[in-house]
Amino acid sequence: MSPDDRRPGRLRKAPENFIDAAGMRAVFDEARHGRRDFIRRAFAATGAALTAATTAPAARASAASAASVDNDAGDPNILELPEHSRGLGQPVATDGYGKPSKYEANVQRRQSPGLTQTRQASVSFAPLQSLFGIVTPSGLHFERHHQGWWDIDPAKHRLMVNGSDAAIVKTPTVYTLDELMRMPSVSRFHFIECGANTGMEWGNVAVPTCQYTHGMLSCSEFTGVPLKVLFERCGVDYKRGRYVLAEGADGSSMTRTIPMALVESGAVLVAYGQNGEMLRPENGYPLRLVVPGVQGVSWVKYLRRLEVGDMPYATKDETLHYVDLMPGGRHRQYTSLQECKSVVTTPSGGQVLLDRGYYSISGLAWSGRGKVARVDVSTDGGRNWRRAALQGPVLDRALTRFSLDWVWDGKPALVQSRAVDETGYVQPTYAQLRAVRGSRSIYHNNAIQTWWVQESGEVRNVQLAAS
Amino acid sequence: MCSSRRREVRARDAAAVAVAALLAALAPAPSASAAPAALPDASRSYPGIGRAATSAELQAWDIDVRPDFKGLPPGAGSVVQGQAVWEAKCASCHGVFGESGEVFNPIVGGTTADDVRSGRAARLTDSAYPGRTTLMKLSTVSTLWDYIRRAMPWNQPKSLAVDEVYAVSAYILNLGGVVPDDFVLSDRTMAEAQRRLPNRDGMSTAHALWPGPEFGVRTPDVQASPCMRDCAAAASVASFLPDYARNAHGNLADQNRLVGPQRGARTAAAPADAVPATAASSPSPSPPRAAPTALLDQHACSACHGVDRPIVGPAFKDIAKKYAARDDAVGYLVQKIRSGGSGVWGAVPMPSQAIGEPDARTIARWLAEAAGSAAAK
Repeated sequence: MSPDDRRPGRLRKAPENFIDAAGMRAVFDEARHGRRDFIRRAFAATGAALTAATTAPAARASAASAASVDNDAGDPNILELPEHSRGLGQPVATDGYGKPSKYEANVQRRQSPGLTQTRQASVSFAPLQSLFGIVTPSGLHFERHHQGWWDIDPAKHRLMVNGSDAAIVKTPTVYTLDELMRMPSVSRFHFIECGANTGMEWGNVAVPTCQYTHGMLSCSEFTGVPLKVLFERCGVDYKRGRYVLAEGADGSSMTRTIPMALVESGAVLVAYGQNGEMLRPENGYPLRLVVPGVQGVSWVKYLRRLEVGDMPYATKDETLHYVDLMPGGRHRQYTSLQECKSVVTTPSGGQVLLDRGYYSISGLAWSGRGKVARVDVSTDGGRNWRRAALQGPVLDRALTRFSLDWVWDGKPALVQSRAVDETGYVQPTYAQLRAVRGSRSIYHNNAIQTWWVQESGEVRNVQLAAS
Repeated sequence: MCSSRRREVRARDAAAVAVAALLAALAPAPSASAAPAALPDASRSYPGIGRAATSAELQAWDIDVRPDFKGLPPGAGSVVQGQAVWEAKCASCHGVFGESGEVFNPIVGGTTADDVRSGRAARLTDSAYPGRTTLMKLSTVSTLWDYIRRAMPWNQPKSLAVDEVYAVSAYILNLGGVVPDDFVLSDRTMAEAQRRLPNRDGMSTAHALWPGPEFGVRTPDVQASPCMRDCAAAASVASFLPDYARNAHGNLADQNRLVGPQRGARTAAAPADAVPATAASSPSPSPPRAAPTALLDQHACSACHGVDRPIVGPAFKDIAKKYAARDDAVGYLVQKIRSGGSGVWGAVPMPSQAIGEPDARTIARWLAEAAGSAAAK
């Protein structure tokens, strides 16, 4: 049986044309002779044949599901006690670190084929279509490495704070992880989104699912020390020092310029914790910068040094990459903030609705400028909108889950979401975005996403002429 | 007696003060949900935490070079010296003329002598021009120098001497027609190179995507309104993936959960069709000897060699074929992997690799014994 046509627990009358006329005659004939086993076998065989025949993507489950349920008695999953109800289960601590169910093996972060030529300077996308709530499980967090990832010995890792000249930081200071972890910590939920998220879609539809359109996005609870606390210990000249260079310890020694204004606000963290445990190596173990609201490239991993300076640094990833090409041929430099954006994750591209009837349209909204104030959802391609419910918690610069009741009538639908943040900024349509920024920016595409629910139930990624 | 009682009282008071101080010091940090205003008191001195950096430590790590050349160490390198370094350590990925897009985006190309005069890469306005090279975007020469020094070569970053960084930078600029053949790039001539960069005037900071007041603009450039009724004209689909690209990202049925409101669309006739629908995927039968994928990735071999297609270097399959009949294939390949070579497969040399003998041997054995058949699979 294929995964897309199973309807667990559904009870239905078997239609009479379920097996062909000759088969029916044989069944009834045999039945009259008391061969009840034969009947069961005949039904089972037909059921299997039908299931095998309906593996086409368009096939929905309604027809096939009847096959799995005996007409009068009920669901064998209820009637026949499974092994796990009749036997002894596994002991504690079978796995010192537990793993997801084997039935969840499809839920993986994935590369987009052909996007990059190497796997060390590459990206893997989080499976947003399979996630609930706002937290991204650490093992599914999207990855972006610039020169491969490392698992660094925390006992040997150091953080240095210094200035671009001797006057700007009074006491250049070195910290060990032991020391940083002795300091008072804060834990906060924040989203992290790559500046190039949805970048493949600037010109036209390029990828099939929300994993690839929006999956350079994750949200975790990060634990660490506010950078402001470290700076004040070192004697930073805030008047001159308006820029901070963050630098990684990996081969790329990633560098990015961070605005001092964000550090002063207390938002920027030197973080070692992620979702209750230490950072994962792929996410910068043992230390990374957390820069809420700002694109992921600034959240420097394997953080080794912070330099306070009086001018921006024009590093490789703010001069050659992560620059937004505008109509007219100029690049915008130091574009950092991730503006308000949202996406429906269920139903979403590449999925198939199993049947008509009730669905909860659900998705994620976020803004680099603060909290999400509201999300509207359209099922007619943006002509009419309804206010979605925001699932708590609604946090500052964190993912926010929204949902809306929907009864699918089996007709084509164009599903969209549009978020508004607490500053009043409204997520734009593609037409509105391209009117200002053209279509070659690569970075900072926060346009409204459209999913086309076809009559077959299959959902496709589309862009609309009207918007 | 009286005074002794007073002393006692004083002692008690002192103890109380000490306890209060201790309690204050032990007060829990404000909770995570508190506003930034309620951060842990930054005026605390945290005795015992952190120490002053030594000047040797600062020198070892503070390697950044700013657009005003602060941080640039003294040194020099000529175009000719740069060519030698380039061909030994860079050309294998970037192409002999910095033009290759096989492994990374091309570095050189797309700029003109006019651009050198005007300071704007004119082709950035031409949407028909394929791709954007490094020199088309580069607005600050410090960026090029800083990045090469900190991150190149790809698999041995920070291994270049300062003079080599100057030389390679000079060579790249020369390839792009920015500096003449006899140019020597040094801490004294960097400014001259800067004045000739084709896209030196190509950047703008006039946008509201910098979360600070430094660049002036605070109003978002894109403005939309939250219309609720009869908003847009009837929608029509303008762009979607063509049917032939349905399986470009594999079988989407295998990329969705097996329970819930939806399933993944079956976009490819995967071999998974043959196995039961439960997610427990039975491991596929392994080839005679599986490719040491982790090692190939770890040592960045796969950046230049595909299993059955050449990238910069030859395909592993072809290497396997070439040495299939050779008795000393393993030993020969271990040596070639570690020390590199040129001329066997074409003009582009393979640089020597910082790979230990055991890892090189594992890869060589796979090449000699199994890569040919693994690739054919």
